[in-house]
Amino acid sequence: MGRRQVAASSANGLALLIRGLRKAYADVVAVDGLDLEVTRGECFGLLGPNGAGKTTTIEICEGLTAPDSGTVEVLGLNWSSGATELRQRIGIQLQETQFPDKLTVEETLRMFRSFFKRGIPVEESIRTAQLDEKRSARVGGLSGGQKQRLAMATALVGDPELLFLDEPTTGLDPQARRHLWDLVDELKQAGRTIILTTHYMDEAERLCDRVAIMDHGKVIALGTPQQLIGSIGGEDIVEFAVTAADASAHGVVDVARLTAIGGVQSHRVDAGLHQLSVSELHLAVPRIFEVLKEQGLHLSEFRTHSATLEDVFVRLTGRNLRDE
Amino acid sequence: MNKLELSSFYQLTSVRLKLFVREPEAIFWIFVFPILLAVGLGIAFRNRPADVLPVGATTAQLARALAADKGLAAKTLDEAAGTHELATGQIVLLAIQREDGVAYKYDDTNPDARTARLLADRAIQTAAGRKDAVQAGNELVHEAGARYIDFAVPGLLGLNLMGSAMWGLGFAIVDERKKKLLKRLVASPMPKSQYLGSFLVSRLGMLIIEVAFFLGFAKLAFGVPFRGSLWQLGLLCLMTSMAFSALGLLVSSRAKTTEAVSGLMNLVMLPMWILSGVFFSASRFPAVIQPVVRALPLTAAIEAMRGNMLQGTGLQLMVPQVLILLVWFVLPFAVSLRIFRWR
Repeated sequence: MGRRQVAASSANGLALLIRGLRKAYADVVAVDGLDLEVTRGECFGLLGPNGAGKTTTIEICEGLTAPDSGTVEVLGLNWSSGATELRQRIGIQLQETQFPDKLTVEETLRMFRSFFKRGIPVEESIRTAQLDEKRSARVGGLSGGQKQRLAMATALVGDPELLFLDEPTTGLDPQARRHLWDLVDELKQAGRTIILTTHYMDEAERLCDRVAIMDHGKVIALGTPQQLIGSIGGEDIVEFAVTAADASAHGVVDVARLTAIGGVQSHRVDAGLHQLSVSELHLAVPRIFEVLKEQGLHLSEFRTHSATLEDVFVRLTGRNLRDE
Repeated sequence: MNKLELSSFYQLTSVRLKLFVREPEAIFWIFVFPILLAVGLGIAFRNRPADVLPVGATTAQLARALAADKGLAAKTLDEAAGTHELATGQIVLLAIQREDGVAYKYDDTNPDARTARLLADRAIQTAAGRKDAVQAGNELVHEAGARYIDFAVPGLLGLNLMGSAMWGLGFAIVDERKKKLLKRLVASPMPKSQYLGSFLVSRLGMLIIEVAFFLGFAKLAFGVPFRGSLWQLGLLCLMTSMAFSALGLLVSSRAKTTEAVSGLMNLVMLPMWILSGVFFSASRFPAVIQPVVRALPLTAAIEAMRGNMLQGTGLQLMVPQVLILLVWFVLPFAVSLRIFRWR
């Protein structure tokens, strides 16, 4: 790939620097005092439920929305003085852009390519997005995943130093999502800096070097996926539901006895489903069975899974990512 | 890629043209519809040879006298039957033999009946021996330029330029705003002025084809005259198209849905369909509203095109119309540049 050398053009090596960012709309504060730093070469994810302020944040970074206060530096430049140069150096994929149905893939990309002074050949962007077979097909006839890869290709034709992807896989079927993840992986391997938003925790875990979990316009946790998952104390999650052994008594769980078990870090209950985060699963599970049996309780459900970013979010907010 | 392919203005303009020609409906409304309209009007208002008028007479002698006139077809029937045919429109006049002469029964509010009255009386008086006091002969003319179709073609041309410019710009822009393509385009380094410029330039390209096609048809099918300078007519078409492109831009500068912009566009165009003298002369409207009617861009455009095509009037004699068109270009364009929303 004819890529520009990335590190030379910035002194501090930061692709993005955000300080004290605020943006309020008529009735809601969308972004509420945000600080972030993204280094070059990193794939950084903004994870959060719908309405957390992810899109507002990324659109401020893209120079499409003006913040109420705070500073944003992109590639060492700011939007008030460096807009023309920045537009040439970043690649953007927005939520729900519909490209003209009656243009072909190639025509669409030729148009976008013409906006950039430098960039990669259209053929290369088509190859990268794996749209070779569809190059002469009309956009109207593409599948959801293909349209999304086209959107990605329009962001790539300018050979950007920094790529913004806003919910790149929302609305796609599982196969198309995995296909797109492979594409993002390739871009990471090629050393591009990527900032993406998503409300899929598996996506953030799979793609991102670092993740900021956002809720109500604030960053509530920041780190690598492993750090974040580690922060809730246990690597595994145990979920169970109980009924009383004899049907007359109520199934009341003595929580204190459960959390006293070695390796059990925390307990919460959500709609009758108990959740324990556990560090040494093989030792803790037999003890959990014993304790419940001693209390005269009968298990109606029991399962375990490795802790995910979803569990981190649940722990921090008491809500599920997809609640809203 | 060569240089041209890397030029964003070239790319944007070529995308405009491609999107246009790939829209079959647009082709119909811009090329086929005006021609259908012209053909329809040409047929409905064609100048027919003078009709032969059906008349009746109560005696065979009178009927023979009437039939001697080429403009009349006479039959014999009694007064009761004749009155009935008169009432049902089968004849337009009944000549009744009275003791003291002839009586004509007809409806004097019907122009055909009045004509029949003159022809019938002349025929009967001639048959009775009347001699003309003055010898008179006829020299017939059928002049192109004085027919209804000659009047209608410049009107339809103006109407077509208005419709194609307004729909071509207004609808396409709002559609792209609704699909968030505008937002995506301003997120790229695309020069914004080129986006709007590409609309104007592609409009210019379409204009040449559109005008040549329609006027060529009018010339071949109806022999519509072109008495003025062709390049001035072309210039008028250009000014008209640019004025309505600016109006289309204005109408589309804020609208978020295609429904909203369709409504706005009809609001702008419908009054002009009626007031601007497309199908009949705008001077028929009352004097009080004439200043408004004259200030409309379509009125100015059509007046100037009629002046050029039918009277051969030069632009220097149509300065008010030209100025009106220029003002309608400059003002809406300036306003829309200020209020245009990309998202």
